[in-house]
Amino acid sequence: MFDLGELYHDIIFDHNRKPRNFKKLEGANRMAEGYNPLCGDQVTIYVYLEDEVIREISFQGSGCAISKASASMMTESLKGKTIAEAKALFDRVHKMLIGEKDTMDDLNELGELVSLSGVCNFPNRVKCASLAWHTLNAALNEDEMVISTE
Amino acid sequence: MTAISDLVASKICQDLTTHFDVARVRQDFPILGEKVRGKPLVYLDNAATSQKPQVVIDTIVRYYSSENSNIHRGIHFLSEQATRAYEDARLKVKCLLNASDTREIIFVRGATEGINLVAQSYGRAFIKTGNEIIISAMEHHSNIVPWQILCDQVGARLRVIPINDRGELLIDEYERLLNTKTRFVSVAHVSNALGTINPIRQIIEMAHRWNVPVLVDGAQAAPHLTVDVQNLNCDFYVFSSHKLFGPTGVGVLYGKADILERMPPYQGGGDMIRSVTFEKTLYNVLPYKFEAGTPHIAGVIGLGSAIDYLSRIGLEKIAAYERELLDYATDALCAIEGVRVIGTAKEKAGILSFVIDGVHPHDIGTILDYDGIAIRTGHHCAMPVMERFGVPATARASFAFYNTKEEVDVLVQAIHKVIEVFS
Repeated sequence: MFDLGELYHDIIFDHNRKPRNFKKLEGANRMAEGYNPLCGDQVTIYVYLEDEVIREISFQGSGCAISKASASMMTESLKGKTIAEAKALFDRVHKMLIGEKDTMDDLNELGELVSLSGVCNFPNRVKCASLAWHTLNAALNEDEMVISTE
Repeated sequence: MTAISDLVASKICQDLTTHFDVARVRQDFPILGEKVRGKPLVYLDNAATSQKPQVVIDTIVRYYSSENSNIHRGIHFLSEQATRAYEDARLKVKCLLNASDTREIIFVRGATEGINLVAQSYGRAFIKTGNEIIISAMEHHSNIVPWQILCDQVGARLRVIPINDRGELLIDEYERLLNTKTRFVSVAHVSNALGTINPIRQIIEMAHRWNVPVLVDGAQAAPHLTVDVQNLNCDFYVFSSHKLFGPTGVGVLYGKADILERMPPYQGGGDMIRSVTFEKTLYNVLPYKFEAGTPHIAGVIGLGSAIDYLSRIGLEKIAAYERELLDYATDALCAIEGVRVIGTAKEKAGILSFVIDGVHPHDIGTILDYDGIAIRTGHHCAMPVMERFGVPATARASFAFYNTKEEVDVLVQAIHKVIEVFS
């Protein structure tokens, strides 16, 4: 039996109430929209990329507490990271979300994102938590709509 | 002596008509005794699918254990039995809908397939470039997309009847949409996202003045209301077995015989033919013309059993009890600060969509689930409805006659908990 608190950590409530970097990013040169047709969650990720480094990142959209908190924490943890580092972090977060065991060291590196570790016990919420990350991936891969720098 | 007996008899009659023994009907549904996450199951997702009474489960088990055989072709005992049971179910559906003939009852996979059948068979034969098809703003995707596909194929145009803030169709606007180009009207009897009962008799009458046929999507109506297709005078009516306490994978398309006769087959295959040569194939008569391939025999027989079960209780009694339950739940939810009910039509059946300020429906769903309460959260396959009300999604509690006021109380407590957790 899983406690509801395992899913809804205080950190998640905090990010849900006060999402960080929740704005349209002026001057963004990468952008992608993500949508979860099952629950109607919608997120737009804005990135300002310079020399393969994420200088600025923000998001907008509507969604449940899990998806909003995940997006909010993602933007906080990726500022200043290279594309390669961002993808490596996504990989670790994804493993955590689907319940693939990681070493404690890896979890420590995740910082606040560890608060999403309970999601793996709620399979139908994994998509909520990973939506922002998949969208970011699309933005970085340029396989979604890319904002013009003109 | 006689007077006393009469009095007792009349009292019993009164009880039979007004009293609904919910505790007793709950015993017919084995799943209602289950626990979810350690709590008694409170199943309020009946608009998605209903639970099955033991008699339906037993019927399916008995069919596979001792009656299984293919229908309409075997000369042997089992095939004859299976054919009889299958055709008996058709008769039961005919009675449920008060159709005039069993030839008008076609078994399909579900309401969705019924609509697709009409769109592709009737639509491609009789709807042409420049013609118009009218649907409503509260349709389930299954009564939007098949018509969009048809419009793309034949070059027709889709028109949409708007709704007001209560979630009721604007009949005046509908009147304005009807014109000489209109070739078809397809509307829900009861909205799956809002619970609105539409005035379909009036809608049909208005369309018929323009000689336009009407399909009624009865997926959310047939399990809760008495449906009389002759009285409604609808041209087509569809519903799904699994929402009517029967098995999944089966549904019904009712169509007026003269229209079905004029329609080309939807799918080709076994059972729908009379004779086949490489030069020419003669199609079978109604209803078999539209039932290609081996059907879901066990499902159809199971549906027949569900109809028997419902008939024993009585749909009028069910409708009255559910109305009482919906009113009780609506009052209780409206009394909670921060809760807003979406869909407040005067005429409603069994569905209560709501949102809570500052809480996404998905979070509501998870927290309720933790208390053993099953509701649906999301757009309910009615994204245009969500857009109309300016919400990305809603939480939806949907009732059946086996739900109780006590379960509504559990729902209300859990909603208070949601608000507390997110405050």
